[in-house]
Amino acid sequence: MSGGTYYVPATSRWPVLGSVALGIMMFGIGMQLVYDASSVIMLVGLVGILSVMGFWFRDVVRESRGGLYDTQMDRSFRWGMGWFIFSEVMFFAAFFGALFYIRTFAVPWLGGEGEKGVSALLWPDFVPQWPLMNPPGDAVVGPRGTFSPWQLPLVNTLILVTSSITLTVAHEALKEGHRKVCRNWLTGTVLLGLCFILIQGLEYYEAYAHYGITLEAGIFGATFFILTGFHGVHVIVGTIILAVILVRVHQGHFAKENHFAFEAASWYWHFVDVVWIGLFIFVYVI
Amino acid sequence: MAPKLPPTHPLEHSVTTVAGSQAPAHHAPPRGILRWLLTTNHKEIGSLYLIFSLIMFFIGGIFALVIRAELFQPGLQLVNPEFFNQMTTMHGLIMVFAAVMPAFTGLANWMIPLQIGAPDMALPRLNNFSFWLLPVAFTLLLSTLFMPGGGPNFGWTFYAPLSTTYAPPSTTFFILALHIAGISSILGAINIIATILNMRAPGMRMMDMPLFVWTWLITAFLLIAVMPVLAGVITMMLMDINFGTSFFSAAGGGDPVLFQHLFWFFGHPEVYIMILPAFGIVSVIIPTFARKPLFGYPSMVYATASIALLSFMVWAHHMFVVGLPLAAELFFMYSTMLIAVPTGVKIFNWITTLFRGSISFESPMLFSLAFVVLFTIGGFSGLMLAISPADFQYHDTYFVVAHFHYVLVPGAVFAIMAAAYYWLPKWTGHYPNERLAQWHFWLSVIGVNLTFFPMHFAGLAGMPRRIPDYALQFADFNMLSSIGAFLFGFSQLLFVLVVVLCVRGGKKAPAQAWEGAWDLEWTVPSPAPLHTFETPPDFKRPTL
Repeated sequence: MSGGTYYVPATSRWPVLGSVALGIMMFGIGMQLVYDASSVIMLVGLVGILSVMGFWFRDVVRESRGGLYDTQMDRSFRWGMGWFIFSEVMFFAAFFGALFYIRTFAVPWLGGEGEKGVSALLWPDFVPQWPLMNPPGDAVVGPRGTFSPWQLPLVNTLILVTSSITLTVAHEALKEGHRKVCRNWLTGTVLLGLCFILIQGLEYYEAYAHYGITLEAGIFGATFFILTGFHGVHVIVGTIILAVILVRVHQGHFAKENHFAFEAASWYWHFVDVVWIGLFIFVYVI
Repeated sequence: MAPKLPPTHPLEHSVTTVAGSQAPAHHAPPRGILRWLLTTNHKEIGSLYLIFSLIMFFIGGIFALVIRAELFQPGLQLVNPEFFNQMTTMHGLIMVFAAVMPAFTGLANWMIPLQIGAPDMALPRLNNFSFWLLPVAFTLLLSTLFMPGGGPNFGWTFYAPLSTTYAPPSTTFFILALHIAGISSILGAINIIATILNMRAPGMRMMDMPLFVWTWLITAFLLIAVMPVLAGVITMMLMDINFGTSFFSAAGGGDPVLFQHLFWFFGHPEVYIMILPAFGIVSVIIPTFARKPLFGYPSMVYATASIALLSFMVWAHHMFVVGLPLAAELFFMYSTMLIAVPTGVKIFNWITTLFRGSISFESPMLFSLAFVVLFTIGGFSGLMLAISPADFQYHDTYFVVAHFHYVLVPGAVFAIMAAAYYWLPKWTGHYPNERLAQWHFWLSVIGVNLTFFPMHFAGLAGMPRRIPDYALQFADFNMLSSIGAFLFGFSQLLFVLVVVLCVRGGKKAPAQAWEGAWDLEWTVPSPAPLHTFETPPDFKRPTL
C-alpha cells in the first residue's frame, strides 16, 4: 500500500478554455481555407491552445512537485501516455496503409492488371510504375525525379537513430543521479532533433525547387508529403517536449526514481524514431 | 460459496484527496454555470454527456422526421432534394457521433467508477476536456447547414469523390468538426482504459468486473484503434479538397475505393463501438430482473473480445459491389459470418440467464428484453447482407437501412433507455414513474417496428436508399414507416417527462434500488453523493 493519496483535482479552467481555443482554431482554419479569410482567427486559437497547455502542464508540474501524486497516479499517467502513443501508431498506420494499397493495388489496377482492371479503359496508354512519375490524368503533372535514399534521407536516419541513443544515455544518467551528464546528452538530443528538422526542410525545398515533387504531383507527392509531413510535425512537437524537459532537468525537477515526464517524452521520441525507420524503408528505399 | 481466493490485489491502492493542496477537502464547488464548466467530477461530467446526448438525439430525430415527412408520399412535397440529402447526412452524423457515442460515454463516466469502486476517473481534468470538445465540435458541424451551398450532403459515410470533388464548400468545416469530435473520443477512451486498468477496488480482479465495465474496456480499445484512422482519412480528404493532392482521384494515380477501405476500416469497428456497451448494459440488467447471476460470464467476456477482434477483419463487406477481387469477396463474406458465432453465444447466454429465473418486468427489463429480440432481427438481416452474392441485390436499398436501424435503434438506443431507467434511482434518488415508463416502452416498441419493419420489404422490392422520391409501388410501405417514425419520435417526449419528473421527485429509492442488483454501485446511497469510494471499498465476490 502506498502511503499517499489519489489526487482528484477540484476544478480546473484549462479544459473548457482549451476546448474553446481548439474550436476557434478549427473555425479559423476553415475560414481561411474556404473563404480566404486572414489567419488571425486561426492564430488566436493556436495561441489559446498553446497558452492553455502551458498553464495546464504548469499545474500538473506544481502538483507533482508538491507531492500530491502517488504511485497509483503514476500508473494512470503511464497508461494514459501508452495508449496515446498507440493512437498515434494507428494514425500513421492509416497513411502507411494508404501507401501500401496504392502501390500494391491501385496503381497496377490502373494499368489494367487483375480481373477487375477495367479502369485501364479510361487511360489505355498508362504504364504503372512506382514512384508514379506519369499520373494517368493529363491535368496532373508528375514529378521530374525522385530522391536517392542514400543522401539526405540516410543522413536523417542516422541523425534520428543517434538521437534515440543519446536520449537513452541521458535517461540512464538521470537514473544514476548524474544530472549534468543527463543535461548534456539531452542537449545533444535536442540539437539532433533540430538538425533533422532543418534537413527535412532542405529536402522539401529540393523537392519543390528541383524535383517537381509537390502536393499536386499525383499520388507519389501526396503520399510522400502526408507521411513525411506528419512525421515532421511529430519531430517538431517531440523536440519542443524534449526542450521543455531539458529546462526541467536544469531546474532539478527530476529525482532518480521519479521522473515520468522524462520517460513519457522519451517514449514519444522513440516512437517518432521508429516511424521514421518505417518511412525510410517504405517511402525512400523500396 | 465463499471466495476461493484471498482478496489480494497486485496493485497498490490509495485513499483519495479531493481538492488542491491548500484547499480543504470538499470545499464548496463553484456555483451556477461555472460549476459545470470547470467540474472534474465524473458524475457531473457523466450528466453533462447524457444531457448533451439527449439534446442531440432530438436534433437528429427532427432531421429524421424531415426525411420521413418527405417520404410520406411519393413525389416532392416539403423539401428540395439538395436539402433532403443534407438531412440524411446530418441525421446519420448527429445520431452516431453526437447522440449514441456520447450517451455511452456518459454512462461510462457515471457508472464505471461506481462499479469498480474508484473515487473518480483516472484523469479527471482530461475527462472534462473530452466532454467540452463535443459542444464545440457539433456547433461547428451544425453551423454548416447555414453556410453558402448548404451542409454536407453526401451521406454519413461521405464517400469520395462525392465528399471531395463534388462536395459543398462547407465540407472543410465538417472535416474540422469531426477532427474535434475524434480527439474527444480518443481522450475519453484513454481515460476509461486507464480508469478500468488502474482504479479497481482492492480485490476486484478483471474477471470480477461487471460486464458493462468489460464491454467498455474493449470498446475503449476499439476507439483508440480506429478513431485515428478516421482522423487520417478525413485529413486526406482535407488535402484533396484544399491542397490539390490526389489520394482519392484516379487521374493522379489515387483511388476513390481507397477512401472506402480506410473509412470502413474505421467504420466497422465503429459499429461495434456503438453496440458493445449496449451488450454490457443488457448483461447487467437481465440478471438483476431475472434474479439469477449472468449465465456464462467468462464466455460473455471472450465473446465480446472476439467480436472486437473480428471487427478489424470484416470491413469490406460494406463494399461488395465496388469491384473487389473474388478472393476479397470470399474472405470478407466468411469473416463476417464468423461474427455470428460470438454474437450467438451472447444471445444464448442472455436467454439462458432468463431460463428458470424469477423474472419481473420493470421498465429497464422491458427495454432489455426488447433489445434481445429486436437486435437479433437486426443480426439476422446482417447475416443476409453478409452473403456477398445476395448483397449484390440488397446493396444500397432500404433493406440495408432497415438492418442497421434495427441494430441501432432497438439495439443501441433501447439499451441506453434501459440503462437510464435502471440507474435513474442511483442518479436522482427516486424511482422513475413506472406507469409512464411503460407507456414510453410500448409506444417506442410499436413505433420502432412500424418504422423499420416495412423498410425490409421496400428494400427487397428494390427501393434505393437516400432518395427524396420513389416509385409508386413503394407508397404503402413508406406511409407506414412515416407514421411509425412520428409515433416513435413523439413518444420520446415521454422519456424526457419521466426523467424530469424523476429528478424533481418520486418514490424514494434505497441504496440497493433493485432487489436482484448486487454490483458495487448499489452499495452507495441513492442518490449517489458527489464523492464516492474516496477510501476504496473492500471488494467481496458475491456469494450466490
